[in-house]
This record gives sequence, structure tokens and C-alpha cells, in this order.
Amino acid sequence: MSVYNSLDSITEELHKCMKCGNCMAVCPIYKETRQEVGVARGKISLVEYLLSGEIEMTERLADRFSLCTTCMACNTNCPCGVRFDKIILAARAEAVRKKGLHPVKKIAFTALKMQRMFDFGMKTGSLFQGVALKHVPHKSDRIARMRFDIGIGTDKVFPMLASKTLRSEFPEVVKVKNPKMRVAFFTGCMINYFYTDIGKAVVEVLKENDIEVVIPKGQGCCGIPASVNGDVASASALAKRNLRAFEKLGADALVVACSSGGTAWKHVFGELLENDPEFKALADKWAGKSYDISEFLIHKVPFKKQGLGRVDRKVTYHDPCHLNRGQGINKEPREILKSIPGVTLIEMKEPGRCCGMAGSFSLVHPDLSVQISDRKTADIELTHTDTVATGCPACRLQLKSGVENAGIEEEVLHTIQILAESYRAGKNN
Amino acid sequence: MLAREVLQELIQVLGAENVLTEQEDLLTYAYDATAAMKHHKPDVVVSPLSTEQVAEVVKIAVRHNIPIYPRGSGTNLSGGTIPTKGGIVLSMLNLNKILEIDQDNLTATVQPGVIIQALNDEVLKLGLLYPPDPGTVTTATMGGSLSECSGGLRGLKYGVTKHYIMGLQIVLANGEVIRWGGKTVKNVTGYDLVALFTGAEGTLGIVTEIIVKLIPSPEARKSILAVFDDVDKAGKAIASIIRNKIIPATLEIMDNVTIQTVEHFVHAGLPLDAEAVLLIEVDGYKEVVEREAVLVEQILKDEQAVEVKIAKDDKERDLLWLARRSALPALAQKRPTTVLEDATVPRSKIPDMLKAIRRIADKHNLNIATFGHAGDGNLHPTILTDERDQDEMKRVHLAVDEIFQTAISLGGTLSGEHGIGIAKMKYLDWEFGEAGVAALRRIKEALDPNYLLNPGKIVRRD
Repeated sequence: MSVYNSLDSITEELHKCMKCGNCMAVCPIYKETRQEVGVARGKISLVEYLLSGEIEMTERLADRFSLCTTCMACNTNCPCGVRFDKIILAARAEAVRKKGLHPVKKIAFTALKMQRMFDFGMKTGSLFQGVALKHVPHKSDRIARMRFDIGIGTDKVFPMLASKTLRSEFPEVVKVKNPKMRVAFFTGCMINYFYTDIGKAVVEVLKENDIEVVIPKGQGCCGIPASVNGDVASASALAKRNLRAFEKLGADALVVACSSGGTAWKHVFGELLENDPEFKALADKWAGKSYDISEFLIHKVPFKKQGLGRVDRKVTYHDPCHLNRGQGINKEPREILKSIPGVTLIEMKEPGRCCGMAGSFSLVHPDLSVQISDRKTADIELTHTDTVATGCPACRLQLKSGVENAGIEEEVLHTIQILAESYRAGKNN
Repeated sequence: MLAREVLQELIQVLGAENVLTEQEDLLTYAYDATAAMKHHKPDVVVSPLSTEQVAEVVKIAVRHNIPIYPRGSGTNLSGGTIPTKGGIVLSMLNLNKILEIDQDNLTATVQPGVIIQALNDEVLKLGLLYPPDPGTVTTATMGGSLSECSGGLRGLKYGVTKHYIMGLQIVLANGEVIRWGGKTVKNVTGYDLVALFTGAEGTLGIVTEIIVKLIPSPEARKSILAVFDDVDKAGKAIASIIRNKIIPATLEIMDNVTIQTVEHFVHAGLPLDAEAVLLIEVDGYKEVVEREAVLVEQILKDEQAVEVKIAKDDKERDLLWLARRSALPALAQKRPTTVLEDATVPRSKIPDMLKAIRRIADKHNLNIATFGHAGDGNLHPTILTDERDQDEMKRVHLAVDEIFQTAISLGGTLSGEHGIGIAKMKYLDWEFGEAGVAALRRIKEALDPNYLLNPGKIVRRD
């Protein structure tokens, strides 16, 4: 019984909570609102009242359940070992079963399921985005702000849609001479449509390490935006579609450069498809050989150190919640950065604190998201670095918006981009 | 349900964004950290931004005869913030500014919503310390810990919250605002209302500003672990350290049940067959710390400790304290419900208390682990149980009764640091007698004649 199918699945998890309130010390939302409903303890109580029949599922209750970035900081700080991430997912799935999906999210997640239409929409969007977005001149990032407010304010800085999607720029199989391994690359939406520079860096680094890269055309959205919002049907459909696409081409391992994608392949697909023996077996098989790109380059195929050229950057690293707490990956990206000649790594105050992006959370609660982001930006500013590295395109978007609006000269890049830059510098010498 | 006009008056004073009325919000203020308590939904939750707003809220409550429940982070362990009669929950969390740190007078002036750790982070930058350190130091507010008079690990040498409160601004039950005490070390002007309101659990007035005493942060510290095969030997060692004129900052004890649970949890190298371990920390100037550590080591050996270990470096020190700090979390993970008591005895009676708790556990067939602040006599018998098991809960309540009886008969007290709240109200006459309880009631009625401030706590209305 998974958290996606039934609220009863979390009964034991709820009983573990002793209401000590230790979650208050680390919850990014509670830090801003100082209201009990913002923190895990408050929402755990609401789920308990719901289960005991004291209250019913209402839209107002579903709204309260949207107050969580799923950063999992409370899990780590909980003396009783409560997995609040499971509780909130189960509560949201229950809300969707009882009250349906928020209309805007329904449209969005349905579009994610229809890949061709989505691709067409994104391509058209790329041409016409100037109508809604105003380009912000910037040296390395193609970024823009909304021209008019559609409910999320006009301050947020967005990346411009790429003129060509990542997947259309590469053949399905990127060959190398004497490949030592065949690795499948799950791009995820943000890297495919916006941050194609991250995707290109991934391919570049893998090729540099004599790895044949497979980029299945049939892949789609990871489904995490749907599953964290309780849209289990859409998420399951997307999981199956991805499993089919990768199974068709086959590979020795699968890499992702996005923390949601990693979570999806390693954990969520199997949980979503637990009642479907055929797909469950497939999900488990791929989960066993899925790696975040930094994890892959440290533990699976240690990356080549010869040929690394000098990159003069003062870098601070932001830990994406779903990479750090979700997958236990925090040393690996730092190890990569430290091995690049010329890079100085300077830690910020709380590198593991949520940036406040949390996918659609930032659309539903734009003000709160910005407040959380402002703290992160202030911590970044104190490091006096010129580059923020991170391991997730969604964090990159949020961090970029934060530093841009604060007027700080700071490039925001994925760790893999700096590694690719170093290989390039090595060649130019 | 509150009348519409009451809500309108509250909104007029505080603004709609600081007045919560939807049940999905109200229900999250129906409980606190106390185990096995019935929850009660308030009618409204308000978050004032100034002393004046607090006073206005109190006046509205007086006009309409509505109870007010002041609340910080809701981490107390005595049911002290549960709004048993509905009414207004007054969340103090938006009054969260450190107003001043005065290095010349060694004081800090804070609003009640400041988190204890936040104050300590600030004063530490200046080489200063606010010593009270309850287990909830990263979440609890200054106002809450003042109202509960919380203690912590440093009580033996540094005392508890009440020893650091110098002055208060208070909104009285009639809405008037008074100031009492201040930055002077000496102050005998009038009755000591600062002392009265400290630990009053919000039943006498609402504290809106606090002046606390700070001390220089100790330069060095050293931690020592001692293992005993007998609880009595550990008890004698505690007495012997104090008799030798050494006052450690911290002197903690863990019993066998706690040791076994903690060791499986954090692997700190605690011996599983030990009957008790003592964890001791001395602090102060480097030279003094060196001398005291050697003395403590010798005393522990003389008192037949099976093993004595001085932490060589910060890493070893951190591991020892991780073991102690993990006591509650480790125990809490064993069963769904954790009933944590704080019965306190004179420190010379610690071995008697430990043995009595063991007898009570056997008698009622319960799993009770005991750890706590041996140096100040404050023990935490921790009952591991499951709220859903009604038969077991009956035995839990009987055991709790007997633990309190034992503490009082040993010359101790019902509560060392958690407060009375709802949880221990019924035991008060065991400690004070009828006349004592009546005296408490007269004080309550003199300051809050209509029982509007945190009613149903400490003093029962007849």
C-alpha cells in the first residue's frame, strides 16, 4: 500500500509524531509565517483529525496541505523519525481523490501527459514568448521577467525557452570511439526546454569519459509535479511512458542531472506502480541503475582527472533538497568542484536550506516562495563568490531569480557545467 | 463560537491577516507537546504586533468575558497552552525582536516571541551567554520558557530561567500595562512581581517584554564519562563531587534502560551492561577546567566507577553529548507514545528515586527509562507506551501517580522544569496541602478575578 493509493498507508507514520515541534526549528515556511499550519506538526494534526472523522476534506484543507515545499528538512530534524514527506504526499493524493485537482494544475498536468502537444506548445512558446516575457540583458543566462502579472508577480526572473529543445539537438544515440559503457540520459523537462546548456554539458562530460549516451526520444516528464500534488493518475501514466521508452533502447545505467528526475527514477516510479507487477519489476530494475550525474561520476565511473583545465571561479554550492536529503548526495558535487583546478569552494551558511522553488509551490505561493528565496540570496551574498553551483535546474531558476533581483553579480550553474568548462579549458591549452 | 462583533473588534485592532478564524487553522492550536492530552479547538487565534495590541485584545476579552490563552511555540510538556475553554489563543510569535544587548550592564531586552537559541546566537558573538538551555532551545520562545521557568542541562552551576529574569513588561488581566524590575542587580522596590510572573504559566498576566541577565561565556570545557555497575555507587559519586566543592556545569545520569536504547541508536561506545553512567562537564577558565577535570576523575575512581573517560578532543566530547541528547529521541522511537515526567528530588536522593522508579515500572509492567539532570536532582522518568492501548494507559496513570508520591515523600517536588499546566494540577495539594492551594487561588483571583488568563491551568476554579 503506497502513500499514493491510500491515506491509511501513513497511520503508523502519524502515530510516531509526538508533537514535540522540533520541525519548527528547520521548516522554511514556518520560519516565514510563524503559523502552526505551516509546519509539519500542524499538518500532521490536520491529517489525524481527518482520519478520526473530526473534519472532512475541504478545499480549504487541501489549501493547507499545499503549504509544504517537500524539502524534507523536518524529516532530518525529527527525533521520532517521522517521514513527513510521505504524510504530505498521501494527504495531497487524498485531497485530489476527494476534491479533484486544482483547475490550473489539471490543465498543466494533462499537458505534460501529451508530449507532442506539449512540445508543439513549447516550440510555439519559444517563438512567441516575447509577448509575455521581457528579456533581461545578461551575459550568460537567457532570462526574462513577466511583462504583466498573471498572479505570480512580475519580479520573478525566468529562463527563456530554448529555441531548440535539447532532445532535438542530439541523435537518440550519441556514439563515441571505444565506448566503455552505454548510459541513458533522462533529461527532464527543464533541461530539455529551458536549460539545454546543462544537458549539453552532461553529454559533453560523458563523451569525454568514453561513454556512449542514449537519449530516448520517447521520454517525457518525470511526473513529479503531478505526484507531489496528488495527481496520481497522471504521474503513473508518465512513469509507464518513461519506462517503456528507456526499456526500448536499453542501457547499462541511467543518469539524470535534476533532483526531481533522480527521485522519480530511484523511488517514485516503483511506488506509483506497485500494483502493476509488470511495470513494478521494470521500475525496480531501472531504479537499481539510476544515478545522479555527480554520483555517477564519483562512484560508478570515476571521471577523468587528466585533461581538466583551469577554471577561475569562486564557487558556493547550494544543496537541492531532493538531491541532498532525498538521495543523500552532497559530498559528490563538492568533490567534483574541488577537483577542478582554479575553483575555490566557499560554503554558504546553510547550504542545505530550501531555496523555496519547490516546483509548482512557487506558482501557488509566490510571495512565500520569494521570502524563502531572499534568505538564501542573503546567505549567497555573504560568501562573496562569483558562481553558485547546484545540482538541480529548478533550484537554478530560483537562485538566479534571487540574485538577479538583489542585483548581485553571480552566475548560477549546474555543477556539471563547470566540469564541462574545465574539460574545454584543458583542450584549449 | 464567538459573536461576530468580537471578531470584528479583533480584526479592527490587529488587521484581518493577524486573526485566524477558519477551523483548518484553529485546529492546529488545539494541542501542544504534551503526550496523551485531549485537544481543544480555540475560537480564534490572534497574533499581536505590539504591547498596545496585546492590551487591546485583553480589553476586548474582558468586555465579552472570553478566555485568553497566551502561546509561544507550544512545546511545553504540561498541557500549559491547550485552550481548554475555547476562546482566544494569543500567539506571541510575531513579537520576535531582540530589542537590545547591553554589554555594560550584561543584559538583553527581548520580546517574548524570540527563540532562545536566536538570542544565544546573537550574544555569543559578543562572548556572552544566556545559560538556560531546555531541550527545546532551538524552538521554544523566551516568553514560553519564562512562563514555564524552564531549566535544562546547566541548572547545577548556572541555575534556571528564574535566575536570569531581571525585568518585565506585563499586560495585566484588566488590560493595564506595567513594568517591573529592570537592569539593576539590586532591586527591592515593592513585592517581587518579576519572580511571581516567572513560572506563572500565563495565568496572572501577559509578558510582552523581558530583560534577562547575561554572563560571560566560559572559555573552556571538558567532558567526562563515568560508568557504574551499581546505581548507589553512582549516587555516592554525585554527592562526593559536590562535597569536594566542585560544581560541574552539567552532571547527567542515564539508567540501564536508557543506556541500552541510546547505544543501539548512536553507537557512542556506552557499555550495555552498566547500571548507570554519569556524564559530567566542567567549564570556566582553561586552568581551572584542567584542575577540576583531574579532581573529578580521581573522585569518580575513588567512588568505584568501573571506567572513567575524559573526552580528549571536541570530537570525543561531541560524541558523548550526542549520546545524552539522543536519549529522548532514541526512547521516543521505541513506542508511539512517550510520557516524559520531571519529578525532582534533592540530589542526595537520586539513587532512592531511581530504584523507586524501577520498582514502579516492574509493579505496573511498564517500560520506564530514566535519565536526567542528576546534579540538580531533576530526573526524567520516561514511560514508553501507546496511547491506543487503554489498559496500558491506565497503568501509566497509576505509575505517574506513584512517581509523584515518591518524589514528594523524598522531600522533592512535582515539577522541576515542565510546569503544572493541566497535567499536574490534581497533585498540587499533595505538595502544598489545602491551605497552600487556597493561597495560590487567592493570588490568582487578586490578579485575574474573572479567570480570563489561561484558565484551567495551575489553579482550579471552584
